Amino acid sequence: MTRLHHGAAARPGVDRSLAIFGSLVFAFLYLPILVVVVFSFSGSESVGRWGGFSLRWYEQMLKNEQLLNALENSVVVALVSTVVATVLGTAAALSLDRYRRWVGRGAFDGLLYLPIIIPDVTMAVMLLLWFTSTGVIPLGRGSITLAHIAFNISFVAIVVRARLAHMDPAMEDAAADLYANRWQAFRRVTLPLIMPGVLGGALLALTLSLDDVVITSFVQGPGSTTLPVYVFGLIRRTVTPVINAVSTLMIAVSMVLVLASLTLQNRTGRRTESKGDRPMKRKPLIEKAESRENQQ
Amino acid sequence: MTLLDEKEQVVEEAVNPRLERKARKQESWRGFFHAAPAYVYLILFFVLPLLIIFVFSFGSRSNTGKPLLENWNFDSWGRLVDPLVRTIAIRSLWMALLNTAVCLMIAYPFAYWIATRAKQRTRTLLLIAVLIPFWSNFLVRTYAWRMLLGSDGYITQLGEATGLWGRMLFTQPAVFIGLLYGYLPFMVLPLYAALERMDWGLIEAGRDLYASGSKAFRKITLPLSKPGIIAGSILVFIPSLGAYVTPDILGGAKTNLLGNLLVTQFQAARNWPFGSALSGAILIVMLVATMIYFRTGGRTI
Repeated sequence: MTRLHHGAAARPGVDRSLAIFGSLVFAFLYLPILVVVVFSFSGSESVGRWGGFSLRWYEQMLKNEQLLNALENSVVVALVSTVVATVLGTAAALSLDRYRRWVGRGAFDGLLYLPIIIPDVTMAVMLLLWFTSTGVIPLGRGSITLAHIAFNISFVAIVVRARLAHMDPAMEDAAADLYANRWQAFRRVTLPLIMPGVLGGALLALTLSLDDVVITSFVQGPGSTTLPVYVFGLIRRTVTPVINAVSTLMIAVSMVLVLASLTLQNRTGRRTESKGDRPMKRKPLIEKAESRENQQ
Repeated sequence: MTLLDEKEQVVEEAVNPRLERKARKQESWRGFFHAAPAYVYLILFFVLPLLIIFVFSFGSRSNTGKPLLENWNFDSWGRLVDPLVRTIAIRSLWMALLNTAVCLMIAYPFAYWIATRAKQRTRTLLLIAVLIPFWSNFLVRTYAWRMLLGSDGYITQLGEATGLWGRMLFTQPAVFIGLLYGYLPFMVLPLYAALERMDWGLIEAGRDLYASGSKAFRKITLPLSKPGIIAGSILVFIPSLGAYVTPDILGGAKTNLLGNLLVTQFQAARNWPFGSALSGAILIVMLVATMIYFRTGGRTI
């Protein structure tokens, strides 16, 4: 069994049935999405019946002003919340990874995990109560953005922290030995090394913000509806193929985001690797020279 | 590390205890300052809102449904044991447990299959294939099932053709399929992470010592993948328990889960105190579940 990990050799029969099972799971994961995408190009009024290739639902989508307004809200909220959450989350990850002892560290460590595991209905309720009872921030784009930052900080911090855990702290010491001040060491050494983590976290935050339905629907105000909340309303009220078109758009956006995050991480990872490899590559040359000397 | 080094260190410490303490204090302040913006933010927009739930849950409401922070009482908490609430709570708990169990049964062999591919490239590609639906919009993925399970959906047609099932939309099975589909990737990813970093040489060693394949699996693979099982179960159980979008789109009046009951309190029913008590209760269940998770030693999310 060369295809398997060394030592994990299962009987061929077991492996074959695992492969069949795996393909079935992939079919289960992909077919429903595929049906939505295919039917977004159907000309038929009925959602589930094929009516020939047509782009009419995309046309209708682009003519729907409420929908475009919701899309604009989504993009603004997602961009602002991602930028803020990335800065705050990265700083939080640095403080937890680099500084082992400070007042309140343990509590902060636990607190940072909470927004991730809390059910979104609960978070929605508590933020609604908070915004309405304090009354400082009116419900609208602002409150939606603040709510999104609150859950995004944690996701960014976790992704960046995982990256920091793989980084050699000696790199920063080396920079300090070469008279770099703290900011220079961070800017020139730490930040480039953790960049894939920071970007990965930012893309995750962007996706989560663009996807959120429950929290946003609670803390939104008049006119500030985001795209998923608008679509949710559509699904509840009527069944129209326009939903297929919007869904396809949203799937396309998330696919671009995943692939972007993966290639980014891959590329940056390879670059740092090749830098490290350079002395290794020189070694054979030296060996060659040595052996030539020996021959002489 | 020679004896000399150690001696030098000891001498240095003895000479400069104050400097050392000062440096340590400085480091401590630096750590705090890095975290401070996020810390303050989370206290403002997470901790205080979390606490306000409990404040409102003891409040009352006016005739028009306006929440009032006076006439403090325990009525909302008392209502949690109402037969109606209890039925929904038990249904939610049962759905969440069932979903966690089925997700585990499907995800384990699936993650095992991906993790045992020898080529790193194959593993990465398969993992990306899992990530894409995982990152796709949850609402869209739920909506897909509304299409498939509706009266002229493909699954319904298939069921009618074979005579095995009829239209499932707005029934309990539909909600279950939606939850399974929505949260399956949450189970696959931690399981894969646990299995992928496993040392397969251990299995080989076990087999060398005449353990059967299934015994090696039970005694080595299963215990080593336990953190993944626990993390995945938490990641599926908690959102399933608080599910709102799935039962709302795929379920009907008789399949309401806790999430629906909760949202209704803030919309149609306008009973904020009871809604607050309900979210408080969900929160407590969630915290207990997470504490069990951290107790059992898993740390990977």
